[in-house]
Amino acid sequence: MPDTGSKIKQGLLAGWPICLGYVPVGLAFGVLAEKAGLHPLEIGLMSLVVFAGSSQFVAISMLSGGAGPIPVIATTFMVNLRHLLMSSSLSLYLRGVNRKTLSLFAYGVTDESFAVNLSKFKYGEWDIKRGLVTNHAPNITWITATIIGGYCGQFIPPKAFGIDYALTAMFICLLVFQLRGRKYVITAIIAGALAIILSLTVPGNLYIILASVLAATLCVMFKKKSGRAKING
Amino acid sequence: MVEKEYIILVMGMGLVTYLPRWLPLIVLAQRRLPDWLVEWLDLIPAAILSALLLPLLVTTGEPRHLALFQPALLVAIPTLLFALKTKSLSGTIILGMFLFWAAGKLM
Repeated sequence: MPDTGSKIKQGLLAGWPICLGYVPVGLAFGVLAEKAGLHPLEIGLMSLVVFAGSSQFVAISMLSGGAGPIPVIATTFMVNLRHLLMSSSLSLYLRGVNRKTLSLFAYGVTDESFAVNLSKFKYGEWDIKRGLVTNHAPNITWITATIIGGYCGQFIPPKAFGIDYALTAMFICLLVFQLRGRKYVITAIIAGALAIILSLTVPGNLYIILASVLAATLCVMFKKKSGRAKING
Repeated sequence: MVEKEYIILVMGMGLVTYLPRWLPLIVLAQRRLPDWLVEWLDLIPAAILSALLLPLLVTTGEPRHLALFQPALLVAIPTLLFALKTKSLSGTIILGMFLFWAAGKLM
């Protein structure tokens, strides 16, 4: 059995690319939030309590447009509803873990930590302890980066070192990890095509959840149908 | 000083963000799921990652519109090939960043 120290190390190794991606995004968020009139302390509070990048960007743009708390909270809910699917997916690997640990783990579920943890649970020797580190190292990075952004982000040139491509490159590789057979490739192609169409027609980012649910459902239905046809003759 | 109204806003945002992350873990992790649901959930990661990624590569602006010949997409092609070949997450990120930076200098 690996000891706690080496588990933390493995969790950090899996989490560092996420941290790298969060630094520029977090700095950018800090700068924008500061321009919208938030104090670095308020920026840090939002990052700590919410910890969901895209919804925080949306909230800032709504707040600077003069929106009240209710519309901002409702939009945050819609933007972050996709985590419902991710937590459902992760739950397959978290049988028998106690509620307290699950509650702590839930706080760190993001697009990025979800993708990294899921492939680790699937292929590596992985458990909730390593997963917690992979969830919370990026969390600490995010909070810190947004606060620093609030103080001094305006001095950092926006396109330095191609750093604003870090998260995109990460999604590319994580998607590649998921394409382990024909059904995954077909699902990904359908989801991607639907997402492009929906993102051009539906405002906001509801397209992510719509396209994913539709694509996975279509694939399961199609497989069931073709499976039954085989049995019948 | 952090205002009271701002604290209420952030707590509300935090609550509606936390619940969808928390509920499936608590409810689903204790049960045996039907096969079709397991299969469906198994396809979700590939679906979500593709749905997150593709619009980033081929759309731009606010409101979004189609833009096929943009650095994000051009850089994605060699980055994807590299990822398929090496399966290295850190290598892919570093290459993607470098190519995007280089594309910015050239275009």
